Amino acid sequence: MEKRVRFKSRWLPWVLVAPQLAITLIFFYWPAAQALLQSVMMDAPFGGSLEFVGLDNFRQLFNDPDYLASFRTTAIFSILVAVCGLSISLLLAVMANRVVRGERFYKTLLIWPYAVAPVVAGVLWVFMFASPMGVIAFWLQAVGINWNHLLNSNHAMTLIIIAAVWKQISYNFLFFLAGLQSIPKSLIEAAAIDGASPWRRFWTIVFPLLSPTTFFLLVINVVYSFFDTFGIIDATTKGGPGKDTSILVYKVYYDGFKAMDMGGSAAQSVILMAIVVTLTVIQFRFVEKKVQY
Amino acid sequence: MASITLSKVFKSYGSGKTANQVIHGVSAEIHDGEFVVVVGPSGCGKSTLLRMVAGLEEISGGEISIGSRVVNDLEPSERDIAMVFQNYALYPHMSVFDNMAYGLKIARVPKDEIKARVDKAAKILELGQYLNRKPRELSGGQRQRVAMGRAIVRQPQVFLFDEPLSNLDAKLRAHTRLEIQKLHRDLGITSLFVTHDQVEAMTLAQRMIVMNAGIMEQFGTPEEVYARPASTFVATFIGSPPMNLIKEAPGAKPGVTVGIRPEHLDITDSGWALTVDALETLGAERLVYGRWQHGEGYELVIIRCDEGRPVPQLGSTIHVTPRPDRLHYFDTTTGKRI
Repeated sequence: MEKRVRFKSRWLPWVLVAPQLAITLIFFYWPAAQALLQSVMMDAPFGGSLEFVGLDNFRQLFNDPDYLASFRTTAIFSILVAVCGLSISLLLAVMANRVVRGERFYKTLLIWPYAVAPVVAGVLWVFMFASPMGVIAFWLQAVGINWNHLLNSNHAMTLIIIAAVWKQISYNFLFFLAGLQSIPKSLIEAAAIDGASPWRRFWTIVFPLLSPTTFFLLVINVVYSFFDTFGIIDATTKGGPGKDTSILVYKVYYDGFKAMDMGGSAAQSVILMAIVVTLTVIQFRFVEKKVQY
Repeated sequence: MASITLSKVFKSYGSGKTANQVIHGVSAEIHDGEFVVVVGPSGCGKSTLLRMVAGLEEISGGEISIGSRVVNDLEPSERDIAMVFQNYALYPHMSVFDNMAYGLKIARVPKDEIKARVDKAAKILELGQYLNRKPRELSGGQRQRVAMGRAIVRQPQVFLFDEPLSNLDAKLRAHTRLEIQKLHRDLGITSLFVTHDQVEAMTLAQRMIVMNAGIMEQFGTPEEVYARPASTFVATFIGSPPMNLIKEAPGAKPGVTVGIRPEHLDITDSGWALTVDALETLGAERLVYGRWQHGEGYELVIIRCDEGRPVPQLGSTIHVTPRPDRLHYFDTTTGKRI
């Protein structure tokens, strides 16, 4: 017996997928196409006319030391966010996996930050670090550190990394915990009988078996730190001091909407698009091939 | 090599008033080089007992010794044991070779000796050509052999088996049973083997422990357990079809249950009168299910007829006589053998 519903009509399937298609086309493909188009155009200084300039926008970008600096900032930021975020959440997941009593309570608390909007997360951390009255800034002052993320670029970078990591830990934690729980207990027991210490068991059995999860999260976290941290940065440092926390996505916004260089901004988004596509391709290739058991 | 001594071993989960005792004082002495099978229905505590010997479960009371050492507080790795798990617990990201070598590497055995030992085990288990494969590229039977290989290369004092055959199909299980027997003959390592399958228990065991609800019902050779079951539980658990238990048999004292195995009932001209309820043909033998009325209720009595003997008609009345020297008597209230 045929259990699936089959539609005879030719147009009904199209109607059914139309909402999804419309959303994708209007909100993804249209802006992307617009950006592509704009990246090879230049606005007249006071608006009104557009001129085709070929790859001039891109050429200009790669000769702009500010843009290259923003690449460096982004690299430092995303590597630190990914590494810190992954290691802290792995540690939390390993500990949560051992908790017997109050497990649900513990997990629920750890998942909450994910429900906080990036801007709110940013504001939250700004309040705590606000010099001299913020809670943490106050403590830091007590131990002799004069915290000021408005002037000190290392402080600013630290602040946005903390806020970004804090926000992403929940997500990583959930995946790590699920990964840990899918490792059969008997494997760990077998390794214990084989004489492996808990430390060694973790690094030779648990960690390799988690590697598909870890790799997936690595890509997700890099993409997150590239794009979704915009709200955090805008609410905390606004790319400052100077341009020291202006990561690529923030520079796109700043150059486009503050400096009104639409062509340059569009060219930057095209480059970002290329980066995301590359990351996604790597992810699919890798996850399907290598890191799976 | 070593003996295993269990003395008044208890296990309970939780503590205080909510404690749930699952093993109620098991004592047994397993000799050096002996192959002992622990058999019982699911939930009887047999796996828990094995895991306590392995050190994977804490011992709530009593003492377990391996060789001359009390191992209660020793880590699994310090007990000099190897275990074969029901799901084999192979490390999926390691090759067959690395799976077997893992324990040896941790023990810092020199490289060439590791290779020699693994090669030897692989030869015994016919795994030589699979050493570079990952577990997922092997069949169920091969995985099972890798799990055994991992246990062998460690050259432990004791082998522990936790239902290692239950994931194999019937044919492979029979074959592997023979392999395990041969392996034990060759290596002579003390083995404790847990199963719920009485055929496995009867065929593999030099002596067997029959467990029920956390209590050791009987500890003896398969012949003893079959010929002189210590309780009504053992009488019905071991043997297929199970022993007939008749509560108020003619001529028996009140409060005594009489047991008789199906093959020890002969169809005769006079004796207990039964109505034939059902017939089962199993090839070499036939089972006759006789309904025996007494009082208001009835009891079902199974009779085993060998090939070539006349088979009664369905619905007819037959007479059976038990062989008097094969009757077993049990206390009806405690179930214990009298």
